[in-house]
Amino acid sequence: MTLHPIVIELIQLLMILFLSPAFAGWVKIVKCRTQGRTAPGLLQPYRDIARLFAKDVVLAENASWVFRSTPYIVFGVTLMAGGVIPLISVDLPLADTADIIVLVMLFAIVRFCTALAGMDVGTAFGGMGSSREMMISSLAEPAMLMAVFTVSLAGSSTSLTQMVTVMSGHAFVIRPSLAFSLVAFVLIALAETGRIPVDNPATHLELTMIHEAMILEYSGRYLALIEWAGMMKLVIYFSLGTAVFFPWGISGSGDPLSLIIRALFFVAKLAAGGAVMVLIETGLAKMRIFRLPDYLGSAFLLATLGMIAFFILE
Amino acid sequence: MLLDYVSLSAAAAPLDIAGFSVLLLLGSALCAPFLSRWERLLIPAAFSLATVASLAAVHAGFTALVTGSNSAATVAMGLPGLPFNLRLDPLAGFFLVVIGLLSAFVSVYSIGYVRGYLGRRPTTQLVLFYLLFLAGMFLVVLADDAYLFLLAWELMAAASYFLVMYEDEVAANRRAAFLYLVVAHVGAIAILLSFGVMAGLTTGSGGFQSYTFDAMRAARLSPAWGAAAFFLSFFGFAAKAGVIPLHVWLPEAHPAAPSNVSALMSGVMLKTAIYGMVRVAFDLIREFPWWWGGIVLCFGLVSAVLGVLYALMQHDLKRLLAFHSVENIGIILIGLGLAMVFTSFQFHSLAALALVAALYHTLNHALFKGLLFMGAGAVIHSTNERNMEEMGGLIHQLPWTSALFLVGCVSISGLPPFNGFVSEWLTFQAFLLSPVLPHPLLKLLVPLGAALLALTGALAAACFVKAFGVTFLGSWRGHRRKEQISEVGPAMRLGMLGAALCCLALGVLPTFVIGWIDNIPQQLFGGEIAKSAGSYGWLWLTPYSPERASYSGPVVFFGILAMVAATYLLLHVRRAAIRRVPLWDCGFEKVTPRMQYTASAFAMPVRRVFGFFFAVREQVELVSPQNHPVMADTINYRLRIRDRFWGWFYQPLADISFWVARRAGKLQQGRIQVYLLYSFVTLIVLLVFL
Repeated sequence: MTLHPIVIELIQLLMILFLSPAFAGWVKIVKCRTQGRTAPGLLQPYRDIARLFAKDVVLAENASWVFRSTPYIVFGVTLMAGGVIPLISVDLPLADTADIIVLVMLFAIVRFCTALAGMDVGTAFGGMGSSREMMISSLAEPAMLMAVFTVSLAGSSTSLTQMVTVMSGHAFVIRPSLAFSLVAFVLIALAETGRIPVDNPATHLELTMIHEAMILEYSGRYLALIEWAGMMKLVIYFSLGTAVFFPWGISGSGDPLSLIIRALFFVAKLAAGGAVMVLIETGLAKMRIFRLPDYLGSAFLLATLGMIAFFILE
Repeated sequence: MLLDYVSLSAAAAPLDIAGFSVLLLLGSALCAPFLSRWERLLIPAAFSLATVASLAAVHAGFTALVTGSNSAATVAMGLPGLPFNLRLDPLAGFFLVVIGLLSAFVSVYSIGYVRGYLGRRPTTQLVLFYLLFLAGMFLVVLADDAYLFLLAWELMAAASYFLVMYEDEVAANRRAAFLYLVVAHVGAIAILLSFGVMAGLTTGSGGFQSYTFDAMRAARLSPAWGAAAFFLSFFGFAAKAGVIPLHVWLPEAHPAAPSNVSALMSGVMLKTAIYGMVRVAFDLIREFPWWWGGIVLCFGLVSAVLGVLYALMQHDLKRLLAFHSVENIGIILIGLGLAMVFTSFQFHSLAALALVAALYHTLNHALFKGLLFMGAGAVIHSTNERNMEEMGGLIHQLPWTSALFLVGCVSISGLPPFNGFVSEWLTFQAFLLSPVLPHPLLKLLVPLGAALLALTGALAAACFVKAFGVTFLGSWRGHRRKEQISEVGPAMRLGMLGAALCCLALGVLPTFVIGWIDNIPQQLFGGEIAKSAGSYGWLWLTPYSPERASYSGPVVFFGILAMVAATYLLLHVRRAAIRRVPLWDCGFEKVTPRMQYTASAFAMPVRRVFGFFFAVREQVELVSPQNHPVMADTINYRLRIRDRFWGWFYQPLADISFWVARRAGKLQQGRIQVYLLYSFVTLIVLLVFL
C-alpha cells in the first residue's frame, strides 16, 4: 500500500507545524545543559504559544493594515515554504511548483513584510530593527543563493526533489565545491534564523536586538503567529540543509511503514543538528553589528568560491 | 493611398493599425495648440485620444507578436528618393506592446494628473509634447531604415527635452534638461556613425538604398568593422538607456519632468534603447564573437549593482526611482549579454532563454516602474513634497495609492508571485545553464555575475522597504497639517490600478506571455525555449526541461493565499478583543514623529558597508549658546553623497570642453573685417587643395 502524494504532503505540513515548537524546546534544553542551567522542558514552547493565543491583542493607535496582516502572511508563507522541501519523501505535489530560488524568495517575502511592519507604528526601535535586518539580509540572501546554486549545479537542477534524487544516488565523496557551500550555508543559516553570533533571540536589549526590535509592538495572537513561524523557519532551514547537503534517507517508497521509519530518521537528524547548532552558539559571542559585514561577506565569498570551484574543477 | 504595401496579404493589417495609431497621435498634436484656450476640454480629449492610440498600438503589436507575422511598407514621404520604410515583425510588435500598454495606463492617469496644473501654468505645451513623444517612440520601433529611425529618435529626444523643461523656472530643471540634451545627442551621433558604418559596407544596390535595414542585413561586415558598428551603436543606446557610466543625466532628468512623463521616460523610453541593441546585434549584424556579449554582460552587472546602491542613498522619492531604472536596465543587459554569449557559441535554445528573460524583464520593468512613478506622482500631487524625510504615515490618508504603490514595491523587489520575480528567475536559470560554455574566462565571469545579480535583488528589497516604510508608514513628519492631504482622483487611481493588475497577472500567469515572446528568438536566430509539456501546460513554467527547473505561478499564488486565509479564518473562530492604545513611549512621554527612523538613518548600515562606492561627506555641528562643550541646543547634521563618476569622468570632460570652447571663442572678434578675412582665407585654402 502506498499513500497518495497529497496525503504525504499533508503529513509533512503537519510535521512542520507541530514538530517545530518541540524542536525549539529541544534547542533550549541542550543550551541550558551546556551552560549549566536547568531547562524549562520540551513542551514549554507549546505552552507559550497557547498562552499568547489566549490573550487579547493590544494595538497601537496608528497601526495600519500592513501591521495587522503581516503575522498572517508571515505564518502562511513560512508554512508554504515548509511544504516545498522534501523531508520524508520526494513525492510532493508542492515541490514541483516552487524550486530552490522560489524557496529563498519565500523567505524574502517574510522578511519584507516583517520589516515593513517594524516601520508601521513609527517607533525608533522598529525602524532600527528593519534597517539592520535589511542590511544583514542584503548580504545573506545572495550568499544563500550562491550556496544552493552550487548544489543545484552539481545536481543539474534547481528543483529540490530532483536535487535530492540525483545527489542521494551518488556515493558519498567530498567535493570541494560542496564543502565550500556547506560552510557558507551554515554561516548564513545562523544569520537568517537570527541566532548567535548575528542576533540573539533571547535578548531585548535595545542596542543588540534585530528581529525582536521589528516585532516589539506585537502582542496576543499576532505575536503567537510570528513566534510560531520563527520556530518553523528554524526547522525549515535544518530540513533544507539536510535535503541539500545530506540527502540520504529522504526518498523512498510511499508505504506507511517506511514513511514512519524515514520520519523517525528525520527527527534524529533534527535532534543531532540542533545539538550542533547549540555547540556553535555556545562557543561564540554575539558580534557587534558592524562586524557582521565581515562575517556575512566571508560567507558570500565562500559560496562564490564554491561556485567557481564547480565551474573550474568539475 | 498613402501606404504602398510590399506584401498585400492580410498579415499587413497590424501595420495599418500601428500607422493609424501614430497618425492619430500626430493629428491630435497638430490640433492641440488650437484648443489651448479651452484647457478643461483639451486635457481629457487629448489624453483619451492618446489612450485610444496606445491601445491600438498594443493591438497591432500583439497581433504581430502572436502570429509571428512580418509585414513591411514603404511610405512615399520624406525627401525625394528617400521614402520611409516601415516594418512590423514580432520584435517590433513586442516593443509596441510594451510602450503601448504603459502609455495607455499613463494616459488615463494623466487626465487626472495634468488637471492639477490648471490655473498654475499653461498645460498646452505639456499635452502637445506628450503626444509627440508617444508618436516618436512608436515610430522608432516601426522604422525599417536608418533615416526614419534617427528622425523618430530625435523626435522622441526633442519632445522629452521640452517635457523635462516643463517647470523651467527651477534652475535645477533647466540644468537637468541641458545635460539630458547633451548626452542624448552624443548618443545619437554614435548611433548615426554606427548606421553609417553598416550602410557604407553594404554590397550590391548601393546609392540611397543602402540606408534601409534590409540592405544592412544583407551586408557582410569584416570582424573589425562589425565591432566598430556594434560598439558605436551600443555606446549610443547605452547613453539613452542610462547604463553606468553614462547614467548621470538620468537621475537629474527623470525627476525633473512631470510625474506622468517620468513614468513614460523611465518605463518605456529607456526600452527603445534596449530595442535598438537587440535590433542591431541580433537582426542587423547577427554574427559576433563571444566577447561582445561578455562586455555587455559586464556593463549590465556594474549598472545593476551600482544603480541599486545609489538608489539606496536617495531620499528624493523620484530620484530613488530613477536610480532603480539604472539598476533594472542593468538586469536587462545581463540577460542580453548572456543571450549574445550563448548565440556566439551556437547554443540557440539557451540564447532564447536568456533573451526571453531580458525581454520579459523589459515588459515587467515598464509596468512596475510606470506604476511606481505614477504612485510617486500621486504622493507629490497630494502633499506637494518630494523629500521622503518630510513624509510618513500616508497609508492613512492615501489608502489606494499606498496599496498600489506597495504592489509596485513588491514587484520590483523580485518577490513571488509578482512579475519581477519571474524574469529574475529566468535570468538565474540562464546563469545556471552556463557551465556548458567552453571559454575559461567565462567560467569565472558567470558565477560572479550570478552572485552580483543575487546581491542586486536583495539590495532592491532593502531599498523598497525604505521607500515604502518611510513614505507611507509611521507617522507624518511634514510641516503641512496632515488633514489637508487627501486621496487622488479616480482617473489617477484607474491608471495605477491597471498597471498593478498587469504586474500581478504577469507574475501569476507567465506561461502565456512567455510563449508569445518565444516567437522573437525563433525568428531572430531560430532558437526557442522548451514549451511546457503535458496536461495543464499553462500551469508550469519549464524553460528548459521539467526535471531541470519548474515554477508554477498560479499554485504559488493560490497556495500562499490559501494558507494565509486558512490561518486567518482559524484564528477568527473565537473573537478576541483588539484594544487600540497610544504608542508605548517607554515612559518618556514625549514621542514625536521626528524620533522615527529616517530614510538616511535606514540606509546608514548599507552606506557603511558599501561606503567606498560613494563620495560621502558627513558633518556634525553642535551649536551651544555658552560655548558649552557638551550641552548643545541644536545639532546640525549635513550629509552629502555623490556618485564618484561625476568627479572622475564628467567634470574633467566638461572642463576640457569649456576650455576648448573658450579658445575657439577667440575667433569671434565681432568685427566684419575679420570675418571677411576668414572667408577669404577659407576660399584660398579650398582653391589650393581642391
